[in-house]
Amino acid sequence: MRVKLLLAALSIVTMASQAYADINVGVSLSATGPAASLGIPEKNTFALMPTTIAGQKINYIILDDASDTTKAVTNTKKLISEDKVDAIIGSTITPNSLAMIDVVAEAETPMIAMAASARIIEPMDAKRRWVFKTPQNDAQMAIAITQHMSKAGVKSVAFIGFSDAYGEGWWNEFSKMAEARKIKIVANERYNRADTSVTGQVLKLISANPDAVLIAGSGTPAALPQKSLKERGYKGAIYQTHGVANNDFLRVGGKDVEGTWLPAGPVLVAGQLPDANPLKKAALEYVKKYEAAHGAGSVSTFGAHAWDAGLLLAHAVPAALKKGKPGTKEFRVALRDALETTKELAGAHGMFNMSPSDHLGFDQRAYVMVQIKDGKWKLQQ
Amino acid sequence: MDMQIALLLGQDGITNGAIYALLALALVLVFAVTRVIFIPQGEFVTLGALTLANLQAGKTPGTIWLLLGAGAAIAVIDCTISLRTGTIRRIPRILLWSVAYPCGTALLLFLVNPAELPMLAQVVLSLMLIMPLGPMIYRLAFQPVAEASVLVLLIVSVAVHLTLVGLGLLFFGAEGSRTLAFSDATFKFGSILMSGQTVLVLASSALLIAALFWFFERTLYGKALRATAINRTGARLMGISTVMAGRLSFLLAAMIGALSGILIAPIATIYYDTGFLIGLKGFVGAIVGGLASYPVAAAGALLVGLLEAYSSFWASAFKEVLVFTLIIPVLMWRSLTTHHVEQDE
Repeated sequence: MRVKLLLAALSIVTMASQAYADINVGVSLSATGPAASLGIPEKNTFALMPTTIAGQKINYIILDDASDTTKAVTNTKKLISEDKVDAIIGSTITPNSLAMIDVVAEAETPMIAMAASARIIEPMDAKRRWVFKTPQNDAQMAIAITQHMSKAGVKSVAFIGFSDAYGEGWWNEFSKMAEARKIKIVANERYNRADTSVTGQVLKLISANPDAVLIAGSGTPAALPQKSLKERGYKGAIYQTHGVANNDFLRVGGKDVEGTWLPAGPVLVAGQLPDANPLKKAALEYVKKYEAAHGAGSVSTFGAHAWDAGLLLAHAVPAALKKGKPGTKEFRVALRDALETTKELAGAHGMFNMSPSDHLGFDQRAYVMVQIKDGKWKLQQ
Repeated sequence: MDMQIALLLGQDGITNGAIYALLALALVLVFAVTRVIFIPQGEFVTLGALTLANLQAGKTPGTIWLLLGAGAAIAVIDCTISLRTGTIRRIPRILLWSVAYPCGTALLLFLVNPAELPMLAQVVLSLMLIMPLGPMIYRLAFQPVAEASVLVLLIVSVAVHLTLVGLGLLFFGAEGSRTLAFSDATFKFGSILMSGQTVLVLASSALLIAALFWFFERTLYGKALRATAINRTGARLMGISTVMAGRLSFLLAAMIGALSGILIAPIATIYYDTGFLIGLKGFVGAIVGGLASYPVAAAGALLVGLLEAYSSFWASAFKEVLVFTLIIPVLMWRSLTTHHVEQDE
């Protein structure tokens, strides 16, 4: 009982010190569980964000949802009802972010998702009015891949993807785009993130004799099919998705991933971007900050989605402050309106041009084709 | 599907099946001796593989902290018990295993650069780090409730599993690792090319199974374990310590798990949570053997491996479904054919 009282007293004290003047941002991300390799760099990124915006102190309250949908919803409710946050950032993965939409819409709190699926912001409705997101849509990345394939003269392609939402999402987008570009899909296989062998699937892919193979997996598990393909002597082109864009993939893949093509956000090859590219400065700033804190080569594109969410907020807060005080409904509404009118804001992943119907606002500047050469990401000029 | 593909799939299935078989044996062993359905079995695969990967990368594996921590906890608990019960003469022995050994291993890690050691020494070092965790986990988590019902033991087992997965994420991070290949050699059998790694997995599994057989048939400790498995009370009356039997079975389970991990780490990327699924497939094999028969469990595990390989070719999206559905007909067949005896708790 005494402990409870003490806790209550403590929370009142902390709430009192936070409730006035400070801007509170609630964050729910997947720092543990299957999406941990995405959630951890995101979590690290929040430590690098500005602590004051337009003279107001800004607090990030970070909760882990363990890649679990129920936990993400609980976190969101807790952040809104107990911490009285002005905005929510999260979650790392699509199922969690989708589940959070209802909660933030009801509480009229703007939310910025760090998950990729277009379904988070489409189709635009009364609930999704409150929801924004920073990662590129899978569709945009699928366009980049099919463009590159038809330029390279690829006529037939085999697909192998995760047997989860990621693989299915890619299959839907990619099969549509490939058909439009008259690329024939000759095989469609699935495997699990935790599989220790994909020999069966790979033999089937090879027996279909495709010009190219697309592997739709994220992180290091995407290296397994590629290793098996090389082991069985496959000589055609191999494409990966932007889900592999971190250095652990290069470490695990080794020489077997040489020559791989993938679409990615510009931040992956920030240093190689032409100086005229307006995104270069924004991307390099993030890379420098992250690597200063976590060591050279530690940066990943996933953390940059969190960084972009922070940029969007920092850009919207000054306008919102004119309309209301943090902690009030007026402020949250103004913040939402300000986010929706973001124009030509250079993020690490692309140029944000939001509109009432488009809560991502990326154009073709948000992706580049990258090839793995000598164990490094190489921008295709 | 032509002959070539069928043979390749068969080879792949048998390689994975051999690993599942080892884990199935460990599960049967632990269950027979202690009545624990040992869900964390797969975690030893992960810990063994990732510890070796860390050593090869020249990093200090986080498992040393687990070893030191578990040792310290045991030292505190056991010394307190010794002081209370007045059996002070046991203290040096307790301290030797729970404090001196982990500290010695830590010192060894500190003194040598593990990345420069020959591969065999790295493997031995990984085993030195992981194997003692088996008996330590038994001491901390299972020994205090050793006489409880199977259900309680299962719940404890789930808790240990979750703890170890969490620690795995903390120690090794979310991304996976591979270890260096033990050999780059390839062997040609007719039209089939076999990698040296596959041959090594099969040979080591066969050797380990033979060694276990010899251990249970020919050594006093092995016979003591068998006696405990058949009848705990009877074994105690014959002067066999059930605590010793429990620790020994966990030691063997940890050794088998870590070795399995070390064997597959060069052919598969291992993540902090990979072990669970591998262990679960071993468990399906063990269920085929009714959690009692070693040969049937091993055969069941091989069946799981083969089923997995062929279903990944025919219907890759349903591979796991097919593998785990196997358990249903097996359970039905077992419940129809075997005479059910109420377990005396």
